[in-house]
Amino acid sequence: MALSGLDIYKLLPKTNCKECGFPTCLAFAMKLAQKQAELSACPYVSAEAKDKLAAASAPPIRLVTIGSGDRKLEVGNETVLFRHDKTFFHQPGLFIRVKDTLPAAEFAAMAEQIAAYELERVGISMRVTGLAIENASGEDQTFANCAATAHAKTKSPLILISDRVSAIAAALQKIPDAAPLIYAATPQNATEMAALAAKHHSPLAVRASDGLQGLAELAQAVKDAGVEDLVLDPGARDPHDSLVAMTQIRRLALKSNFRPLGYPIIAFAGEGASSKAEEAMVAAQYIAKYAGVVVLDHFDPATVYPLLTLRQNIYTDPQKPIQVSPGLYELSGPTADSPLLVTTNFSLTYFSVAGEVEGSGRPTWLLIVDSEGMSVLTGWAAGKFDAEKIAKSVKQYGVADKISHKKIVIPGLVATLSGELEEELPGWEIRVGPREAIDIPAYLKTWN
Amino acid sequence: MPISIDVPKEKWTGTIREITLGATAAEGGTRTRVVKIGGESTLPFLTFEGAMPNPPVVAIEVQDRYPADWSPILLDVWGDVLKDPASWAKKAEEVGADLIALKLQSAHPELDNTGADHAASTVKAVLAATGIPVIVYGPGQAEKDNLVLVAAAEAAKGERIALGNCEDKNYRTIVAAALANSQLVIGKSPIDVNLAKQLNILISDMRLDLGRVLLDPTTGALGYGIEYCYSVMERLRLAALGGDSMVQQPMICTIGEEAWRAKESKVNQGVPQAWGDWAERGKRWEALTACALLHSGADILVLRHPENVTLVKQTVAALFGH
Repeated sequence: MALSGLDIYKLLPKTNCKECGFPTCLAFAMKLAQKQAELSACPYVSAEAKDKLAAASAPPIRLVTIGSGDRKLEVGNETVLFRHDKTFFHQPGLFIRVKDTLPAAEFAAMAEQIAAYELERVGISMRVTGLAIENASGEDQTFANCAATAHAKTKSPLILISDRVSAIAAALQKIPDAAPLIYAATPQNATEMAALAAKHHSPLAVRASDGLQGLAELAQAVKDAGVEDLVLDPGARDPHDSLVAMTQIRRLALKSNFRPLGYPIIAFAGEGASSKAEEAMVAAQYIAKYAGVVVLDHFDPATVYPLLTLRQNIYTDPQKPIQVSPGLYELSGPTADSPLLVTTNFSLTYFSVAGEVEGSGRPTWLLIVDSEGMSVLTGWAAGKFDAEKIAKSVKQYGVADKISHKKIVIPGLVATLSGELEEELPGWEIRVGPREAIDIPAYLKTWN
Repeated sequence: MPISIDVPKEKWTGTIREITLGATAAEGGTRTRVVKIGGESTLPFLTFEGAMPNPPVVAIEVQDRYPADWSPILLDVWGDVLKDPASWAKKAEEVGADLIALKLQSAHPELDNTGADHAASTVKAVLAATGIPVIVYGPGQAEKDNLVLVAAAEAAKGERIALGNCEDKNYRTIVAAALANSQLVIGKSPIDVNLAKQLNILISDMRLDLGRVLLDPTTGALGYGIEYCYSVMERLRLAALGGDSMVQQPMICTIGEEAWRAKESKVNQGVPQAWGDWAERGKRWEALTACALLHSGADILVLRHPENVTLVKQTVAALFGH
């Protein structure tokens, strides 16, 4: 809950000593409210005022960092329940659970495979976040060795899964600066786990199985013990109870500014499922509904790819569709007599069309019209992709100077534009292309 | 240290209309069972603050013409039944579909350009082959939609089938056919809350009870605009629960059609290795699209892959806590 300048003023010494660099305490308070000054500039502020101001300025869901280095994961700091209200900001981490009972060579190979997994969609790179290592062996050193291997092979965020404090301690000793997520503090081990997390500056998951009340009390206790970076496991495992718990946690944080549950949530998709297919469904639910960390039990590209895609889709800013720059694109080195296609500058449209054209092997000109990031049909419905705009782009980007023929192919979905476009572009032949990008290669084969 | 928790609960004033598809012999039809959807007074599956009396249901898409352009994954898994809509529908019922979504594709002028008689006999054959309720779609071309949907409505008199799609430029004939033959309609609008509402108003102005109108907000597949569809559905559902009676309709999503034309599910040539096994990927593409849309308010999910019928139904059951 943000405080106003006057609220802040009431907490200041009101001596107008000017040592903060502002002429009065009120002026300083106003700057603080606008986040243009730091409270530390005031040498006389009371500890009580500091606490109040810090609490008031903290986001309702804390931003928690897991891991270190380039691949670290930041989750939390979400501000809405529905993405259309603003956007979801920090994509949940997708981790693969691997047991430390796997033979060392297999474990290392698995770690390498997961770290190397990367693909691209609409020009954005997507990858699995990291490994969640489970101490299934019950051995401290085996667990620690796996953690060391995983850290060395992946340089990616890790989750250390064990209820045994000695196992976590052994692993943290091997990777002292990796800042893995410790999973988990329970009512039985919370004091020791909190001490370990504080010592190694690691984020700490807390798990309670007796509902939100127990979870809030445990989180509060761990926070009081000095650990700020928490991740919550509400303990529910089946899809219904998880949905309810995770929705309630998000609401409590955002609507009631309830601090003890103002943290990201961890969810285990495999534990609510009896098959790989079900695991994928549960993981999809967690991505859409409020998890900050999703742990899978299987690493299967055929499942991981759609899950990463869903994550990207749900976390796309609804107010800023991903766009490409309008213009005349050369695909596969076209010449003056190569075909000319036209479509919108919605990134997905561009990448679908460009991908198909490149796949077809036929050199082609692709004219991208500024539809303000809308797809073909949406752009057409909104008047952002019409005959006038297409004709304008043809002129603006000097298409006639580069192409010897006067044939332009419009998307099949807007076949209805061909009449108007003939009027806008006298002397041009308007051709209607396929409705779907996937049919472009076949179409280009017959183009002459 | 005890902490008291007061979970914020929503007090919704609106309820989604409850709609019944199909009619048994006692009700003037020949269905062995009917399907009830809608009736929600809460967001999907949040039963701690409202009711969700009817679980979302799964329809299997059936076409009256061999779907040669479908993904080979689908052609393989269904096999020869794809050549006959009645056998296909029967098989769909066997794999657990709650509804048949019959698309009269052969009527398309660029395909076989079949007419009203063919449509009527196909609808009768499919009704005879299954006991579950039926949705009938035209080929998606305005004139032919009018022709074959009127024929379908008459051929299925008393069966309480749903006719799709009514769109803003093409709803009068279909709504009239539904009125004359006591059928339902599907109103389809292009991913927009206001357009969906406007179409419902137009349909309701023709005196068709909104208790007989399904809302198709236009589906976007995973990776191909699902986020637009997801958010429009959430907004429609929030508006409905907030009391806007013109959008309190159960929603139908044509997931199979959209998901199976994605490059990811349709082809496997020259795709990155990171995409994984083709058949698995294709199934997931459809299933995850379905899963996300369940959470944004889908009441009928039209699918294409038989294995996903079971999976989606299991997911729904689990979301009800079963």
